[in-house]
Amino acid sequence: MATIEPITSAKKKNKASRKQKSFRLGYDFRTQLELKTMLLPAVFLIFLFDFTPLFGLLMAFKDFEPVMGIKGIFTADWNGMAHFKRLFTNFQFWPMIRNTLGINLLGAAVSIPCTLLFALLLNEIRNSRFKAVVQTVTYLPHFLSWVIFGGLFITLLNSDGIVNYVLLQLGFIDSPLQFLADPKYFWGVAIATGLLKDLGWGAILYLAAMAGVDQSLHEAAAIDGAGRFKRMLHVTIPGILPTLMVLIIFAVSGMLNNNFTQIYVLQNTLNLPASQVIDTYVYQTGLLNFQFSSATAIGLTKSVFALVLLVGSNWISNKITKTGLF
Amino acid sequence: MVGGNHAGERLFNGLTIAIMILLMIMTVYPFWFSVISSFNSGGDLLRGPVFLWPREFTFASWKAVLSDQGILYAAWITASRTVIVTAVSILYTSMFAYAFSRPYLRRKAFYITIGFISMYFSGGLIPSYMLMNWLGLYDSYWVYILPALFGGFWNVIIFNANYKGIPEALFESAKMDGASEYRIFFQIVLPLSKPVLAALSVFTAVNIWNDYGATLYYTQSTDLQTLQYLILRLIQSNRAVENMMSMNNGTNLAVANLLNNTGGVGNVTARTIELAAMVIASLPMIILYPFAQKFFVKGVLLGSVKG
Repeated sequence: MATIEPITSAKKKNKASRKQKSFRLGYDFRTQLELKTMLLPAVFLIFLFDFTPLFGLLMAFKDFEPVMGIKGIFTADWNGMAHFKRLFTNFQFWPMIRNTLGINLLGAAVSIPCTLLFALLLNEIRNSRFKAVVQTVTYLPHFLSWVIFGGLFITLLNSDGIVNYVLLQLGFIDSPLQFLADPKYFWGVAIATGLLKDLGWGAILYLAAMAGVDQSLHEAAAIDGAGRFKRMLHVTIPGILPTLMVLIIFAVSGMLNNNFTQIYVLQNTLNLPASQVIDTYVYQTGLLNFQFSSATAIGLTKSVFALVLLVGSNWISNKITKTGLF
Repeated sequence: MVGGNHAGERLFNGLTIAIMILLMIMTVYPFWFSVISSFNSGGDLLRGPVFLWPREFTFASWKAVLSDQGILYAAWITASRTVIVTAVSILYTSMFAYAFSRPYLRRKAFYITIGFISMYFSGGLIPSYMLMNWLGLYDSYWVYILPALFGGFWNVIIFNANYKGIPEALFESAKMDGASEYRIFFQIVLPLSKPVLAALSVFTAVNIWNDYGATLYYTQSTDLQTLQYLILRLIQSNRAVENMMSMNNGTNLAVANLLNNTGGVGNVTARTIELAAMVIASLPMIILYPFAQKFFVKGVLLGSVKG
């Protein structure tokens, strides 16, 4: 094996040899074989753990019982769309859709503007030390698990927790509010904890995009007499519009995709009417009640809608702002 | 830039700093609250919450948690799993991304296709559950390792975007000198990709350390419980008792007694145990992330942002 030579001499050599031989670098058998072996572990894992389960989707259209075992996926009787029909007429279905969409859409409507505003303000801080401290500190909740972060808020919002204690002492309420036992508070708790957990972290993308905005645009605007607010509005925001659109596309396409890890931690039997979302329902019907076929049918319905939403929101974004994911 | 001379500018600066300080307090206080409560005597906490500093300082709850065999074993499961998966999945993913980034890779369209399909299509929970059963991974330590060994196509895209920053001439000269692809990858590409490696390693480690889904879905033995799962069960059982209490509001004597027993009267109560366990379980990641912070922007800068 040859040692690596300095770039300059290598370049010359490279040009010279290109003229001499007609052979194209890297297309030889050995190189291709080496590349294939590098790709192999990941390709194997993708096929095994991502693609094999796709066969399981057949269960959604069949009368599958867990006792049939793995063969049953292929041998069970077809029953057409029966599982889907039963799903749409289930009394639990619409509340579950309402919770999923409510928490996600209201959550996105709150968190995207808040995060953007936070990033805009952070971008205006001139003292870079202070800015770095704010970033480090506000990243903290992102690195806590939902078990821990949710658990902290369950403790804080408990009937004898600090929030109720302060509200009682200040005389705002007469008796403790049941934040986690009363369904009417659940959406608020889920949205607020979701916002607080990723506010600092979410700003990282906006800040990176803001750093990419051409500084001369800011200077030109300043010379023309634009104050900080005007520059924020007419220079910074248009500059980060592509980033903003990508995040909105993600929010729209993910609106059926509840954060199971978050909801499951905050959920209990008392707040279930407001906290049952698609993902927790799939877990409950599938792994707790062993109705594999209907759980798969729900999961499949969700995936199909999510894909439609992704392609649709991307198409709209491309039409309106000329930017999109693909 | 225009200096902050006139009053409006100064007011804006002051207001921004005030908002930032308020936000920092809001994000850190819940954690701080659990730290001080876990160091406070549990019996004393029943009199009312502590706000800034422990009233009756004690290590009792921390000692109880750190000497509990179940928690220590769960910590071992969690830590070993985190280290193994992070090391191997970063290797497999960065290696896949390297081969994928080579302009002379044949049949690249095939890899793009399977990559995107794996990103947007999934069988969902139940088919995965059946797969784990079929492979014999259900209720085995390997269920924590094998399915997580590839970091996903998303990370491939991030690696790929970062490899583009390496001058093509470096690859060409190495190839001309007869270096194998493995040699180029390990001796040129990896040393030049330290920032993105650091960022994605931290993200992977945090995800694995904080995960409780695999335990919930694919295991049932108590000796496979992860730290997060154990704490979740602790929280749920404590809340169940308290919820019963708030529903009955002291009218049910048996339930009141049960709560008092769990509540305890000494230095250590169910509440302080729970808080101490939560603080201890989050410490490794809290210590880890500030070191990698300067690399985060590289790690999360997606192809879409960079263009």
